Formats: sequence, C-alpha cells, structure tokens
Amino acid sequence: MKIIEAENLKKSYNGFTAVKGVNFHINRGEIFGFLGPNGAGKTTTINMLTGLARISGGRVKLLGEEYTRNPKRAQAMMGIVPDESNLYEELNGWENLCFCGALYGMERDRREKRAQELLEQFGLEDAAKKPFKAYSKGMKRKLTIAAGIIHEPEILFLDEPTTGIDVAFARQIRNLIVDLHDRGTTIFLTTHYIEEAERLCERLAFIVEGEIVREGTVEELMREAQGENIVNFTLGGDFNKVEKEFKAVFPAFDYRIGRDSVVSVHSPEAFSLLPLVQFFEERGLPVYEAKIARPSLEEVFVKVTGIELKKMQNQKEGQ
Amino acid sequence: MKTWIAFANILMKDMRSYYLKPPNISWGLIFPVAWTLMFFLRSPVAVEVRDLLPGVISLSILFGTTSMLAVTITFERKSRSFERLLLAPISLNLLMLAKTSGAIIFGVVNAFIPVLFAAFMTSLQGINWLMVLSSVIFIAITSTFLGLFIAVSVSQVFEAQTFSNFFRFPMIFLCGLFIPLQDLPTFLQPVSYALPLTYGADILKTAVNENGIIPIPLSFLALLAFSGFLFAYSIYNVNRKWIS
Repeated sequence: MKIIEAENLKKSYNGFTAVKGVNFHINRGEIFGFLGPNGAGKTTTINMLTGLARISGGRVKLLGEEYTRNPKRAQAMMGIVPDESNLYEELNGWENLCFCGALYGMERDRREKRAQELLEQFGLEDAAKKPFKAYSKGMKRKLTIAAGIIHEPEILFLDEPTTGIDVAFARQIRNLIVDLHDRGTTIFLTTHYIEEAERLCERLAFIVEGEIVREGTVEELMREAQGENIVNFTLGGDFNKVEKEFKAVFPAFDYRIGRDSVVSVHSPEAFSLLPLVQFFEERGLPVYEAKIARPSLEEVFVKVTGIELKKMQNQKEGQ
Repeated sequence: MKTWIAFANILMKDMRSYYLKPPNISWGLIFPVAWTLMFFLRSPVAVEVRDLLPGVISLSILFGTTSMLAVTITFERKSRSFERLLLAPISLNLLMLAKTSGAIIFGVVNAFIPVLFAAFMTSLQGINWLMVLSSVIFIAITSTFLGLFIAVSVSQVFEAQTFSNFFRFPMIFLCGLFIPLQDLPTFLQPVSYALPLTYGADILKTAVNENGIIPIPLSFLALLAFSGFLFAYSIYNVNRKWIS
C-alpha cells in the first residue's frame, strides 16, 4: 500500500527550478531513500512533502488523499527529523519530547509515558534532565529522531540523519533506524552516504539537479548496471589444466583467470552453478568458494549519475 | 486533534522560557520606575504622579511586548526551532495566537506595575478601572501584533531590536503622551493619528484623568483595526516568506 505519492512534483523560486517534476511513491513499512549530492533537491522535496515549502507544480497524496494545498491535515501523520537538530536548547530532553508530543495534541499522561519509553529506547535516560544545549551532536540527533516519532506517525522523514556526527553515534542511529523499521515505521530517508543507503533502504531513488535519474530496489539498480552474471570460483588447483575442456563443455560461457586460483565465469543469462562445480570437482579441482560478483551500489551511482562519490561526501561534510 | 493542548503548551513554554525569566521580571519593574523618575527629573515644576500614569502604563506595555516577541520569534527562527511549530498540525493563525498570547499577558502584567507604584504615591480614587483594564488589554494586543509584524519582517535578532525602535521612538513623542495632540505641529498631527498608541494612550487619559480628546468607541475601534491589520499582514508575510 502506498503511503506517499508524489506526482510531477516541482519547486521553483526566483527563476530557479530546484525540483523538476519528480515522480515516486513510498510503500507502507518500507525504507525509501533519496540519494544525491548537495543541492540535488533532497531537502526541498522533503520540505514540499511535509508542508514546509509551497509546491510549485504537481501533487502529493498521503494514503491516497491529496494534500497539495492543505498539508496541515497530513502533518498529524508525519514525523519530521531535519538535517540539523531543531529542538529547544533551553529545555531538557524530557521537556523537549513532552512539548513535541503536545504539539500533536497528545494528552499529558500519554506523552509523558511515551517520552519515557523513547528515552529508554534511545539510551538517553541518563540525559533526560540535562538541557538540550548540553547534549553532544550525536545525542542531539537521537533526541531529535525521538521527538519525530513521539506521536507515532505513519511515516518518518529523516533528512541526512548521520551527517556530521561521529562514527559510533552514526552506527547507533543506523541501528535505531533499522529498529524503527522493524517496528513497522515507514521511513523516507535522504542521504549522500552510499553505504548507508545500501544498508538501510529497500528502495532508492538517485536524485541529481532536481531530477530522479534512477529508481528501484537495491537489487534492481545493481542488476541494471551489472548487465551480465558473474560468478567467481576459488579453486584448489590450476585451472589452465582444464581450460581447453572447459571451453568445449561450456561454449556459452566467457571466463577470466584471476589471481589466487580464482576464475570468473561470465554469462549474459542466469545460470546454475551445479554443472560447473561438478565439472571442476570431477577433474580434481575442489571448489572452495563460488561467489556471485555484483557491482557495488557506488559503481551503479557513479555510472548512472557521473558524480564522484568522494567529491559529493567531502562537499557535504565541508558545509 | 486537540489543538488546545498544542496552544496551551506553546503558551506555557514561552512563559517559562522567556517571560518569567528574572531579566524580564526585573525589566518589568525597572522600566516604569525609570520612566517615572525621568519625568520627575526633567520637569521644572512639581509633577502629579497621576498625570504620568497613562504615559508610563502605555510605554511599559509597548516596550515590553514589542521587544520580547520580536526577539523571541527571530531567535527561534535562527535556531530553527520555529520550524518545528510550522510542521505541527495546527493552523498558522492558532500557532501565531499561541506565540503572541504570552507577550500579551506579559504586557498586561507590566502595565499594572506602574499602577502598583502609583498606589503608594498618590490617590487612585475615581479611576475608571474597567476602562483601564480594557485599554491595557487592547494596547497589549496591538503592541504584541506590532512585535509580530517586526519579527516576520526581519531575519536577525539585532535587526528586530533596531526595527522595533524605528516604530517605538516616534510613537513615544507623537502619541500625545508628552505633547498633547492638539499642540503638535499641524503636519505631524496626521502622523499621530496613524499610530495605534495614540488611541490607547487617549483611552487611558480618559480613564485616569478624564482628559482624553478622542471618542472612546472610536479609539477602541481604531485599536481593533490596527490589531486586525497587523495580525493579518504578519500571517500573510509568514506564508509568503517562511513557507515559501
């Protein structure tokens, strides 16, 4: 079931078009990712979906109901975590969570109970009474995510959740995202970290200069870039001894001999491994490993967008 | 959704975070004393405290409300916490009313501090208290909405202060508190009538000393019109600039 649908979504201001008619949907219970460089239109798209920016063209639907001109009704079902923590510096963690719950009309008992649950879930019980301004960057990000889900939204928007925080906290936050997903929360995530997108997202869209250049599951995106099926066999002997015979038995396969007794078998079609394994074993070449070789998502992204990842990440980190 | 929960919590948070802070409480005490002393010192003849009361009340409200609201909203915009309010499922009108209610209450409380001081210095008999309370509320609302208008017109905290003074200082001298309206140069009189404080101060003059010159219903109507215009224009600006 589709939770969010964006149809031909556009955003222009001062003669500049930041988002150029994007189409995508987010299914209930999935983690959908927007991957793109700085200025690609990721945050602008989130702002349009959440009602923080006016939509210049196209329409958006939540659970099949259009809310393009009236985002207020939809906002009750959304949790939003911006790229920078935006809680109140002077309030402590507990007060911030309770206040955010109140903004969504939660009764005092309910919001206090939920705040306590979230502080425990996010490992912030000890910092509950500390003012937000005394939190580390990672703790701030965790509390901001907790504030985003205090009202148990249908969908959570996470804008660059791990940018600018240290590795340990980034790891904790990724685990929290997986945990939220396991509990049934639908998540729309923007990121410029390819490994984060690959690890967390079930479906992904690459967005560049306000346009979605590719969209699909991680497997679909990789398959498209792969073009052919490759299996690497690690053998316990010299392949050269059986090379001629191999060509005769498997004429449809191409192959390359690598280092450390690894032979890469290539085919445009998917193929069964059993005949190949039997062939090697019968000729005294034990098969220690047969591994399907995939291009990395990074390679797919670079191939599709032509953008160097390192450059993209350095640009964002340098902000 | 229970929007009143959101409204009440925004109001209570603002009261706790901004208006009930010691510096603001001391501001509410020091400001009227400073103004009263200034009048005493500058006047070559003996000054009747009761004559000063409408002016000091008006200025306490004006300075208290406009400063606080313009600065707090600009500050929250800078720290992006205001975005959290814009993303909450409550209407913009209700949100802005919640944000301004704290300043209005602060203004009303500020207004009665000079009255408290005056009670120890002179007789306050014969004052129309109902009219005083009504005018104080109306001045507080208008001044707060002026603060809101300023907040949505600037982007930096220091700009909010500067822009506030751009409105406040001419108002002090042109609203009839120091120089009676009829004694102002003819070319300045239309300017006086274009200022909301002129009407609020005149109601207070009538309520305290029965020496106002503008018909009371007209003054209340004028304050209502100013409030409506400032609030509507501020909402228009928020929509145009902050949800762009």
